[in-house]
Amino acid sequence: MSENYSVIGKSVPKIDGREKATGAAKYTGDLKFPNMLFGKILGSPHAHAKILSIDTSEAEKLPGVKAVITHKDVPTLKYGISPARWDENIFCSDKVRFVGDKVAAVACIDEETCYKALKLIKVEYEVLPAVLDPLHAMDEGAPQVHDEYPRNINTEIHQNFGDVEKAFAEAYYVRTDYFVGQRTYQSPIEPHSAVSIWKDNKLTIYSSTQSPHYFQHYIAREFGLKMGDVRIIKTYVGGGFGGKLEPTGLEFAGAVLSRLTGRPVKTFYDRHEMFAHNRGRHREYMEMTTGVDKEGKILGVYANFVMDGGAYTSLGIASAYYAGALLTLTYEFENYKWDLHRVYTNLPACGAQRGHGAPQPKYAYESHLDNIAKELGIDPLEIRLRNARRPNTVTANEFIINSCELTACLEKAGEISGWREKKGNLPKGRGIGIATGSFVSGAGYPIYRTDLPQAAAMIKVHEDGSAATLYTGATDIGQGSDTILCQMAAEGMGYRYENMKIIAADTETTPHDFGAYASRQTLMSGTAVKRAGEEIKKQILDMASTMMNLPPDDLECREGIIFSISRPNATPITFEEAARRFFVLRGPLIGRGVYVVPRLGGTYKGAAVGTSPAYSYCAQITEVQIDEETGEIDVREIWDVHDCGKVINPMLLHGQVHGALYMGMGESIWEQVLFDDKGKILNPHLGEYRLPTALDMPIIHSELVESFEPAGPWGAKEVGEGATNPTMGCFSNAIFDAMGVRVNSLPLTYEKVWRAMKEKREGITKD
Amino acid sequence: MAQVITDQQGIKHYMITINVNGDDYTRVVKANTVLVNVLRDELDLTGTKKGCELGNCGSCTILLEGKPVDSCMILAIEADGRSITTIEGIADSAELDKVQESFINNGAIQCGYCTPGMILSAKALLTRNPHPNEHEVREAIAGNLCRCTGYVNIVKAVLKVAEEPNDKGVISNE
Repeated sequence: MSENYSVIGKSVPKIDGREKATGAAKYTGDLKFPNMLFGKILGSPHAHAKILSIDTSEAEKLPGVKAVITHKDVPTLKYGISPARWDENIFCSDKVRFVGDKVAAVACIDEETCYKALKLIKVEYEVLPAVLDPLHAMDEGAPQVHDEYPRNINTEIHQNFGDVEKAFAEAYYVRTDYFVGQRTYQSPIEPHSAVSIWKDNKLTIYSSTQSPHYFQHYIAREFGLKMGDVRIIKTYVGGGFGGKLEPTGLEFAGAVLSRLTGRPVKTFYDRHEMFAHNRGRHREYMEMTTGVDKEGKILGVYANFVMDGGAYTSLGIASAYYAGALLTLTYEFENYKWDLHRVYTNLPACGAQRGHGAPQPKYAYESHLDNIAKELGIDPLEIRLRNARRPNTVTANEFIINSCELTACLEKAGEISGWREKKGNLPKGRGIGIATGSFVSGAGYPIYRTDLPQAAAMIKVHEDGSAATLYTGATDIGQGSDTILCQMAAEGMGYRYENMKIIAADTETTPHDFGAYASRQTLMSGTAVKRAGEEIKKQILDMASTMMNLPPDDLECREGIIFSISRPNATPITFEEAARRFFVLRGPLIGRGVYVVPRLGGTYKGAAVGTSPAYSYCAQITEVQIDEETGEIDVREIWDVHDCGKVINPMLLHGQVHGALYMGMGESIWEQVLFDDKGKILNPHLGEYRLPTALDMPIIHSELVESFEPAGPWGAKEVGEGATNPTMGCFSNAIFDAMGVRVNSLPLTYEKVWRAMKEKREGITKD
Repeated sequence: MAQVITDQQGIKHYMITINVNGDDYTRVVKANTVLVNVLRDELDLTGTKKGCELGNCGSCTILLEGKPVDSCMILAIEADGRSITTIEGIADSAELDKVQESFINNGAIQCGYCTPGMILSAKALLTRNPHPNEHEVREAIAGNLCRCTGYVNIVKAVLKVAEEPNDKGVISNE
């Protein structure tokens, strides 16, 4: 296979860079339509309460209020993103299940009137005891969040591969550790919003979404509309990170308000409401047991999880399966058993945040593995090298791994960080930690059961060949999919990136694609785009063949020049000439491409979740300085070495690593959504939910290893989420190395580090 | 002092004139109208973003008399008679400002939501200190939150501009 690419592999600037740099890019909240109303949703003030009555009469009388709606005005069909557990209603009818649960909505002539109107809606509640502690949610007699789910068990998983008991019996050393994660929130800087226009039996919604397709599917289902009568248009999206994957309620409420008023309605969440809507990372309670031989080779692993799911399912079933299933990716072991309970609580619903269910278990496992290494006197890098997954292997839970350069990642990370010189030789208070990560390049199966292909794409060449437009349902939320897909289209066509245009993520004009989640678009959407490009190339070469009097097999097209492979002296022609001729003789020059995932996974219950055509791999090392007086963590440097197959755009790829590391670092040390004893969020704003600032960030090195993934387009696989995976474990291990203390819960705050050091000094042992 | 107009309900409105990107605009606002809403809703300058409305995220950063401020924290009447630069006015012509160019070329833009505010904070820094060091760049943009980039390429983009000699005419043999 030729490694000579013309367009891919280059750091072309983003296709939307100029729009964004000039402020011209329109996000949903920037849209304005004639006669547009503003809509807002009323949230519950209680974590758990019966609704006794709702009186909207005062609100309706307020001048400027055009509609007030409650559960009586909307379909009662329950919805959700996971079809196995549809448990949400547009508005609560019998009871509310968390502070912020949706009760009513208003449409008004302006935003200020909305807030006034919401205050005038009188809701009578009977407050019920709430479940706020996930560890007691399953207790006998605990309040029930949903009557249909006894003991508040939303999801229960038990998987068992090989023989863990036997492995433990034969092990030289068996160790159990217990870790706790925290609730974090994606915190995209752009708040959620939607503009709904229900006119002439057709519903159009402009939305800040990661998946126009899922929105279209669920909105059509909720209102009994044909898919073709629901049009979802993604505008520019100001970040999602998993939080904008599912319908938020804004679209449902906005649609009804638009139908009632006959006017466009813009609905939106403010920052506080975003935190209440949540769908951020689950708090996971994780017990890890591993048996190893004398050399530290892992023989078997048992993991037991409890996940705080909040009041609704959201994407939590997938998060739950990911929590356990993805633990098998980085290290080779044949015996694996895990149990999990995802419980309902009267807190905001948790969902899919970058890395999905995997980063917290990875924090637990990487910390646990370092504890084992310490006990056995093995260097942390060495124990990882001894267990590192190799290419062309199959995990205990039957995931097929093609490319895997984890060993090379570890070696290179060790080398560029100076691991071997530093480990054990750093000054007091300084420590170095290591961890590994891996992630799916797209989920093997869509979220709801369907035989639709994962991705489709279409390219239309302009009549005179001076431009080509890529039509794709793939969803750019900032990660740059529009750019890299245009690079891939141009490469496939033999064309130039500079001449590419793109229309994306509009269900009426673009072919189907499931959207931006599970790090799927480079591989899945990319394969469809590559095929569409190649179809164009085939047709253009066929046309050129008649124009040049040469057999099509002898022709090649690169960067818009069509030339003979065997006769270097034959006069080349341009793509434009051939495209124009094609249009004149044969009509529009169109290329189409589809990507269908091959059937993957085992036959056991839940075998589908975690399957993927390919997996990325990475190793991270971080160096920290701990202040012994205060516990303050000064992050000095981070090294990330990634195996993500063939790189399509190095600049955007490293940007993904930087961002994932940043997010992982925030979750490691500062970020946590806190609640009071009534279930109210204590820090629902960006002042006290502490995203790292530019001053908090250390020096970041992002490096790559050579890799080729046979299942990916030109050998490419994912990068966007995998780099969040090792980060928390990496910090935990660096602190452990610096101070000899293990902080067993996230975030690894200065206070916790200080307390752990104090306890160590005072000889207090924790169980 | 802005001219006061009292409506039929007895609520006072204020007539203000603000200079935005070189042009004067006269609008009638309420006492509690924040500047960001005048820019976005009245003047359709939606390049100024709203992310938190609490002065935490910096998405609504504009230059008020050349200084970067959160326009969600400024009342419209406070801006009366003053001059404002928004992202739409940062470049003099159709050509981009070199900070904008540098953001595009260095991969400093992902979702783009923080970008206008970030560029204006960077611009303000470079105007008062054309050759800042890395720490000064980080300090200048510390009030602008970005959730996508880890600030790596943003800092790089600003430093690239800072490295350029001020007088481009000096370099003739490029």
